[in-house]
Amino acid sequence: MSTHTYEPHQPMVELRNVNKQFGAFHALKDICFQVERGEKVIVCGPSGSGKSTMIRCINRLEKHDGGQILVEGIELNDEVRSLAAVRQEVGMVFQQFNLFPHMTVLENLMLAPMRVRKTSKQEARDVAMQYLRRVRIAEKADRYPAQLSGGQQQRVAIARALCMKPKTLLFDEPTSALDPEMISEVLDVIAELARDGMTMICVTHEMGFARQVADKMVFMDHGEIVEVAPTAEFFAAPSTERAKLFLSQILSH
Amino acid sequence: MFSWFRSLALLLPLSLLLSGCGGTYTWGWYVISPNLEKGRENLLFLVSGLGHTVAVALCAITLSVVVGLLVSLAVLSPNRFLRGFGRAYVEVLRSVPMLVMVLWVYYGLPIVFNLSPSAFTAGVLALALCDSAFQAEIFRAGIQSIDRGQHEAADALGLNYLDKFRYIIMPQAILRVLPPLGNQFVYMLKTSSLLSVIGLTELTRRANELITTEYRPLEVYSFLVLEYLALILLASWLVRRLERRMSARDGARPYSADAVGAAKPA
Repeated sequence: MSTHTYEPHQPMVELRNVNKQFGAFHALKDICFQVERGEKVIVCGPSGSGKSTMIRCINRLEKHDGGQILVEGIELNDEVRSLAAVRQEVGMVFQQFNLFPHMTVLENLMLAPMRVRKTSKQEARDVAMQYLRRVRIAEKADRYPAQLSGGQQQRVAIARALCMKPKTLLFDEPTSALDPEMISEVLDVIAELARDGMTMICVTHEMGFARQVADKMVFMDHGEIVEVAPTAEFFAAPSTERAKLFLSQILSH
Repeated sequence: MFSWFRSLALLLPLSLLLSGCGGTYTWGWYVISPNLEKGRENLLFLVSGLGHTVAVALCAITLSVVVGLLVSLAVLSPNRFLRGFGRAYVEVLRSVPMLVMVLWVYYGLPIVFNLSPSAFTAGVLALALCDSAFQAEIFRAGIQSIDRGQHEAADALGLNYLDKFRYIIMPQAILRVLPPLGNQFVYMLKTSSLLSVIGLTELTRRANELITTEYRPLEVYSFLVLEYLALILLASWLVRRLERRMSARDGARPYSADAVGAAKPA
C-alpha cells in the first residue's frame, strides 16, 4: 500500500536510495534527495550522468529498481492507483515537446483535464485559454503543432502541463532541442512560473537560467549525486573537484 | 486524378494479345457482342456477378479490419495471455491458404459445428479470417511506428491505457495504415474470385457458368480480366481519394515530434 504520512514538513518529492539499471549499465546509484514545497531545483551534469533518468523516475516513465520514491508522501510502485495519483500531481515538459500532432493547440490542452480530471468542456477550454495567455501564445489556439516554431511548441507544452494544475513540474532539458533564438522565450516563461511559487525540478545546461531561478543545485556524474548546494554557493565555490571541472568547462565560453 | 495513362499502358499488351497473336485461333467475340441479342444477354449475365464480388469484399474487409484491430491490440497488450493469444492467432491464420480456408469453412462448418452457412456467409467468414491476420500485422506496425514521446506525453498527463490509445495513438496510427489498408481491400476484391469454387455467383463464377453453355472460354475470360481491371482501378482511385480526404481533415502535416521551425512566428 502507498503510505500517507502527514508530517508537518513533508517534502514534495523525496528519493531514498534510488537505483536504476539498464542491463549492465548502472544508471542511478543510491540517489537520495528531497524537494520541498515551492522549491526550484536545477539538476546539471555531463551527458550520460543520469539526470534525465532520475527525473523520469519521478513520474515513473522509468521504473526504478531499488529504493523509494515518494511524491507528496505517496510511494511510487506497481500499484495503478498510486501511479495515477502521482501523475495527476506531477506535470512534465519534454525535450522534444511531444505535442499531439493530430490535435490543435487547444485540443492538446483540453484533453487531459477532461479525460483525467473530468472537468467540463467549457471549464477545460477556459483554463486552457488562461494558460495559453500566460505563456503568451493564445492567438495560436486553433493551429496544429507543426504550424508553430519550436519555441512556441515548447510554450504550448508547458501550458498543457499546467492545465492539469500539477503541484510539481518536471522539465527534461526543455531548451535543448530549440534554435538558439528561441531559448529565451521558453526560459522566460519557466522563470515566471518559478516566481509564482511552482515546485520545479529542471534538468538543463543553461547555467545563467539556473543562477537566476534555482534555490538549490544538484550536480550529477556517472549516475551519482555528487553535490547538492544552494545556488549561490554552488556557483561561487563548488565543494567537489568534479563539479569544479564541470563548471569550468560549461562556463568557460 | 485517375491515371488514364497507366490504364492505357495496362490495356495495350492485353489488346495486342487479343488482336490475333494467337495465329490459328479464330476469335468468337459474337458471344459477348453488344450488337447481338444473345451477346447482350451474355454480357448482362457476366456483369450480374459484380454485386456479389463487391458485397463480399466489403463485408469481408470490414469484418477483417475490426478483428485485425482487436488482435493487434492483443498482440501489443501488456497482458501476457492476450499477447500469446494474439501471436498464435496471427501465426496460425497466416499459414492457411485462402482457398483451403474457403473450402474448410464451407464444407467443414456444417459438419463440425452443425452450422450451414450460405456460400456468401462462408465466403465472407473465410476471407475475413485469413485477411484479419494480415490486418493485425498492419495495425501492429502502424501503432508501433508512433513515436515513444507520444506515449510518454500521454502517460505523463495521467491518461489511462484506453484513453491513450483512443485519443493519442490510434488516430495517428490509422492515418499511417490507410495506404496498406486500401491495398488489402483491393486485394480482397481479387481474392473473392476464389469463392467461385463454393458456388457464390460472383464475377468468376458467372464467367465459368457462361463458358459451360457457350464453349468460348478465351473470350469470356478475357472479358473477365477487363471486368476486374475496371473494378480494381476504380477501387484504387476511391481509396486514394479517401486517404487524401482523411489526411486533409486531420490537418495532417509531416508527423514528427520535433518539427522545429515549421513556421516562423507570425
